[in-house]
Amino acid sequence: MTPDISFGAVRVWQRNRDATLRNWKTEFLGIAIEPFAIILALGLALGQFVELESGEKYVEFLAPGLLALFPMFAATFECAWGSYVRLEMQGTYESIIATPISVDDVITGEILWGTTRALVNGSYILLVSSILNPWLHMIDSPWAILAVPVGILPGLLFSSISICFASIARAMSHFAYFFNLVINPLFWFGGAFFPFDAMPRWVQILGWFMPLKHVVDIYRGLVTGNLELSMLGSLAWLAVVTAFFYVLAVRLMRRRLIH
Amino acid sequence: MTSALIEARGLVKHYGDFVAVDDISFDIREGECFGVLGPNGAGKTTTIRMITATSPVTAGELNVAGMDVAAEPRRVKAVLGVVPQDDNLDPDLLVRQNLEVYARYFGLGRDEVRQRIDEALELFQLDDRATSNVDDLSGGMQRRLTIARALVNNPQVLILDEPTTGLDPQARHLVWQQLRLLKSRGVTMLLTTHYMEEATHLCDRLVIMHRGKILVEGRPHDLIAEVAGPQVLELRLPSQERDALLAEFPQGDGFSVEQVEDLTYVFGGGSASAMAAERVGDPHRAHLRPGNMEDVFLLLTGRGLLD
Repeated sequence: MTPDISFGAVRVWQRNRDATLRNWKTEFLGIAIEPFAIILALGLALGQFVELESGEKYVEFLAPGLLALFPMFAATFECAWGSYVRLEMQGTYESIIATPISVDDVITGEILWGTTRALVNGSYILLVSSILNPWLHMIDSPWAILAVPVGILPGLLFSSISICFASIARAMSHFAYFFNLVINPLFWFGGAFFPFDAMPRWVQILGWFMPLKHVVDIYRGLVTGNLELSMLGSLAWLAVVTAFFYVLAVRLMRRRLIH
Repeated sequence: MTSALIEARGLVKHYGDFVAVDDISFDIREGECFGVLGPNGAGKTTTIRMITATSPVTAGELNVAGMDVAAEPRRVKAVLGVVPQDDNLDPDLLVRQNLEVYARYFGLGRDEVRQRIDEALELFQLDDRATSNVDDLSGGMQRRLTIARALVNNPQVLILDEPTTGLDPQARHLVWQQLRLLKSRGVTMLLTTHYMEEATHLCDRLVIMHRGKILVEGRPHDLIAEVAGPQVLELRLPSQERDALLAEFPQGDGFSVEQVEDLTYVFGGGSASAMAAERVGDPHRAHLRPGNMEDVFLLLTGRGLLD
């Protein structure tokens, strides 16, 4: 199956940008406050009680996890709930595919937009971490800047997974399954909050299948400056899984919209 | 003969075992308003979805402006303007933005369409609502905006799927007036409706669809004259009284009787119908009126419109 993509995907991306900019104040407020709250609550408050084997402070350990988690949420929120609203409640997709734009364009545009949200979110967290760096030492290496372009991959991945779910959901309440069975386990067990190395072997094996773990591993290498070859493996793993879910998302949405 | 903008030959659509559209053929010519009339479930919307390349054709040929819909969906959609049954305006965008963003889907820039959008907003009496939220518009205004949106790409054919369903009478008349205006400007239209009055009112030619098939095709007034006749007698009488009345009609005169619930229709009764109405003398029980599209439908299907 070759996706039938044109510049129409960009038109869809532009539509989402325009719709978001209309409410930029609300959007901006959420993005602006989030990392401060989380660094304060988890890094500093909870961090007082956490002693790591490596000797680093908990807030330092947390940095790569935050860089991975919040962009994941941004992409997921946009392409699961947001896409479902546009698909089912607003008829936005239906109105767009009546123009020269194809279903594949729509889905690609949506995924690109989810990725954009993830990138904005990730860049901002990186910025906040850098600003707080003199006090919190969350970023140890200039390689950390690479977390921004690398973030494209998880952005595409979580957007695609979310679109897959939106395409099979029949009601808003079905997203409880998605959140509880997919996003929640990824959140807690994706390697953001505790070191995987200290876990039993079977947890580590399970972790290998968690996309977020690979993202966190890459970011941890970039943020600490300890670059390892396994990061390229993680990157390849992410690329393959992203391609799979992208194609699946396009197929599922075609089935949902063209019949 | 003028060229056909939309050509359907032996068009078929199956959903599993269900036959939604069953071997229909029609031509829509440049500049005409072509109607597809039928009850819900007749296959009207499925036909439109096939034309707009959002539902694959099971069998048959379908061409729009000389292009095969299955082969060139993007180019086909570029020359169509679609007004769907349910308004799907973009509530995340303002009224004017709705038109600009929609134009962009066709690859048209804001400057290119500025004048066209200004004109459309004025024509559809929305110029003072350009910066409103879509959700704040009335149902009639939303419908008009949807029609205005369908015109931003200057389409060769405007496709309207039940454009006035759900509107109050006033809003409906305003939409009709605007569609007549578009027609007078030479806009080719394909219109589906289950309102007989709407079809008679707006369409140059129409087909009546029922259970996926086309029952008849023609000009509304020709169809009424041919099928229903100029005058129809409606009787609301107890069966005995009714039978006595009908017994006095001259036999073998080619009139026909249809019973729908408690109403009896007498078609083609001629002067006998007029006499019968006069004899009963109560317009609630015996009413002589001109034939209409609903009669045509009733006679062709043997039952009234269900909705």
